[in-house]
Amino acid sequence: MTIDFGHPDRPNSYIGKTVPRPNAPRLVQGRGEYVDDMVLPRMLHVAFVRSPFAHARITGIDAAEAKAVPGVVRIFTGAEVAEVCTPWVGVLAHLQGLKSPPEYAIAVDRACWVGEPVAAVVATSRAAAEEGAALVEVDYDVLPVVADMMTALDDDTPVLHADLGDNLAFRRVNEQGDVDAAMAGAHKVVTAHFTTARHTGVTPEPRSILADWNPADERMTVWHSTQAPHMMQTALATHLDIAESRVRVICGDVGGSYGIKVHVYPDEVATAAIARIMGRPVKFIADRLESFSTDIHARDHEIEAKIAVDAEGRILAMDVDDWTAIGAYSVYPRTSAMEGNQVVNLCGGPYDFEHYRARTSVVFQNKTPTCQYRAVGHPIAVAITEGLVDMAAAELGMDPVEIRRRNLYADDAYPVTSPAKMRFEGLSHHKSLDLLLDLMDYDGLRAEQAELREKGVYRGIGIASFIELTNPSPFMYGIGGARISAQDGCTVRMDPDGSIVALSGVTEQGQGTEAMLSQVVAEGVGVAPGQVHVITGDTQVTPYGGGTWASRGAGIGGEAALRAARALRDSILEVAGAMLQSDAAGLDIRDGEVVDAKSGEARMPLEELGRIVYFRGDTLPQGLPRELVQTRHYITSEYPFAFTNGVQASYVEVDTDTGNVRLLKHWCVEDCGRIINPMLVDEQIRGGIVQGLGGALFEEIHYDEDGQLLNGSMADYLVPMAAEMPDMVIGHVETPTKESSLGAKGAGEAGTAGAPAAVMNAINDALRPMGAQVTHMPFTPERVLRALGTLKD
Amino acid sequence: MSDQFENRIDIALTVNGEPVEARVPAGQHLVDFLRLELGLTGAHASCEHGVCGACTLRVNGDAVRGCLMLAAQADGAEIWTVEGLSDSAAFTDLQEAFVARNALQCGFCTPGMLVAAEELLSAGGVPDRAEIREHLSGNYCRCTGYEAIVDAVETVARARAGEAAQ
Ligand code: FES
Ligand code: FES
Repeated sequence: MTIDFGHPDRPNSYIGKTVPRPNAPRLVQGRGEYVDDMVLPRMLHVAFVRSPFAHARITGIDAAEAKAVPGVVRIFTGAEVAEVCTPWVGVLAHLQGLKSPPEYAIAVDRACWVGEPVAAVVATSRAAAEEGAALVEVDYDVLPVVADMMTALDDDTPVLHADLGDNLAFRRVNEQGDVDAAMAGAHKVVTAHFTTARHTGVTPEPRSILADWNPADERMTVWHSTQAPHMMQTALATHLDIAESRVRVICGDVGGSYGIKVHVYPDEVATAAIARIMGRPVKFIADRLESFSTDIHARDHEIEAKIAVDAEGRILAMDVDDWTAIGAYSVYPRTSAMEGNQVVNLCGGPYDFEHYRARTSVVFQNKTPTCQYRAVGHPIAVAITEGLVDMAAAELGMDPVEIRRRNLYADDAYPVTSPAKMRFEGLSHHKSLDLLLDLMDYDGLRAEQAELREKGVYRGIGIASFIELTNPSPFMYGIGGARISAQDGCTVRMDPDGSIVALSGVTEQGQGTEAMLSQVVAEGVGVAPGQVHVITGDTQVTPYGGGTWASRGAGIGGEAALRAARALRDSILEVAGAMLQSDAAGLDIRDGEVVDAKSGEARMPLEELGRIVYFRGDTLPQGLPRELVQTRHYITSEYPFAFTNGVQASYVEVDTDTGNVRLLKHWCVEDCGRIINPMLVDEQIRGGIVQGLGGALFEEIHYDEDGQLLNGSMADYLVPMAAEMPDMVIGHVETPTKESSLGAKGAGEAGTAGAPAAVMNAINDALRPMGAQVTHMPFTPERVLRALGTLKD
Repeated sequence: MSDQFENRIDIALTVNGEPVEARVPAGQHLVDFLRLELGLTGAHASCEHGVCGACTLRVNGDAVRGCLMLAAQADGAEIWTVEGLSDSAAFTDLQEAFVARNALQCGFCTPGMLVAAEELLSAGGVPDRAEIREHLSGNYCRCTGYEAIVDAVETVARARAGEAAQ
């Protein structure tokens, strides 16, 4: 029996409603359980000695002074840790040509970036471990540094990893049609150079791990602030040579992840290796400088891009040359080629045109490794695409809305395959744009803008359409050989008191996974959401799954939960049918009671059914199945990804004297398919938008030409704070995916994908009367003034 | 060893209404003392630099950064953490508003955010949204984008003003 989601008054209609998150009351009372809150008997703390040089040979380590610090128990070099921990290589077979050298948990003879671990100090307190780490003397021979992205492949640039032959990690061209001919015959060709700055996630809770090896039963238990417990189980088991079944990863409360906590980090693996050697629990909590220098970075791209249009504003072709530098290693196991790969897959995404060429060049350098961070590649591809579309409109003297109308895929065009060979099952660009214009009162805003301009106030309106990749299949990682699960599972059981327990392989990072699952299971079985206890984040307990990444929790984890819940409902009704001597098909479960499906008349509470099944099974017919527990797994198979779409608008005021950009308001309409909990979706979008606004206006990791990190604190790396952020209006169009019964796609990254482009277009809309334009993020006052010509070198 | 003893200081203070006596390392920050010695893990250490507000506590009635104050400086102080403020139902309405409006996601910033918001609310009146944003501008939240937090604080300010008027 399928659920008719079209009926808001259907029984148990929890899917589509705002219900509160079961874990929120705990968190507002300070009762969260983050890794650093945990204390175990005999627990030790580890602090790392890190390379102060971007590239150096390690010639000696003298730990004598560190050992003398009271509380210091032991000091480890890279070679000692390597005895129990094998190195890894961050490549995937389907990213053809991607190369990277073996990376050790602690550098063995060479450090390749500022912050790479070179030794570890273990002590009875964190303070003692840190004190010891400061006293370890490491001798280095400094080596030549590759710092600049665009010269990394030049002949006179040193090769970072000699064995690899050159500094090119990966290159891919995605091409369709005849771009050169289309450009040659076009009415107008617009070219621009875009720069997106190096960012990092700045998770409020730093990376945290507590690892315990119990030599008596040969089991490792790891409490880890992570997005992907099962992936970590595999990684730790593989590189520490422990059977996978003997590694348990537990993920409690996570204080923000945003893609930062889905990777294998050398210091975290080293912590587990040290626990293995010492047979005691060992805790590592990164400090803020370590977060800036060793959490993955992202988005460090330089792009030269062209768009060709005809006289009517129809897009004829796009040509994109993307460059990115990924630091010294491709990050394991998801690789650092994925972001560039996404850029060449996603450019031009909303538009119906023919000729497309996008090339990404991914190079090594002596900086912190980059990898997947919220909305991987999307903010870059959307900025390129939407920046070019606006510039083309300006060239043609056309309104930015009009050029989009002429080029967006028609809402009835689906299914369709884009020139970048992305397959779209069903999107709603035009409907979304209509709703956006309505919500923002586009014409009214344009009138206000014109009026204020007369008075010397420069306001701008920026629009950005986008697509977002969600619900990934094994095409993302699995086919490349990584043990990263695209499928996910859920076990749902009924306990004797009639309450429901749901165990899921997707994880809670604060986005509301557990609330979403409680609603889906509640509706699927027929109980109130408060009757469903959700358990996530424990590899020993939950079904095998992928965790949280690529906006997959609701679409994949939610579908598995719905199927398991429906199956449990059927099991319950089969038992109820036998007990009530009724046809199970004529019964239903509503609000925790078995009822007559037609009349709604109450027949039996679930707790009574539970009592009989668990304690008086003798009264039931022999051979009646007693399993009030069901597990279902779900994987997408028809499409490699479920694309969503949306459109954002930004309204800004640019102070042409100071270069300051004030965000006045922001709008987003997005289509994530079936919405399970409207408030949670809206807040995902708002949080995502602000993360994108940070990239547009503030965030930038700086290095000098020696590869030294220059801004490793929150005082120097600016993030969005409450005072500068605008209020945001969120609207929805719902085009459920037909692949699943739930119809949900992802919503976690849409905000971040489109916000920087919308702000860029708004600033440029404000600056256009002065002939100025910015394309280098973040759009700091200095860059705005340079664009205006007020500031000159 | 003797060094460590010299570097230890005796303090007596009240934490969440209960008297506490302790001998603390001279360099230990207040938030670390509360977390490590008293098991009060509600306040979090995040930037340890005075910038993010995750460690915000109530000290002698003011919202104070627990990472900028030494435990030794808290001698004689009256300290309230989110645990004590919860147990004494000091800002239940604010906590409920945060839950109802989903003004928290990961919850890591939340204890500090609540203490900072309560400081503004207890000043009385109904601050406008810009004032709320300004008051919370030292509290970093990476998850929510702040709007839901501003909404929750605004709702509570209105409700309290309404009650006060009756
Ligand atoms: S930890 Fe105290 S302000 Fe950030
Ligand atoms: S809720 Fe996660 S940082 Fe605020």
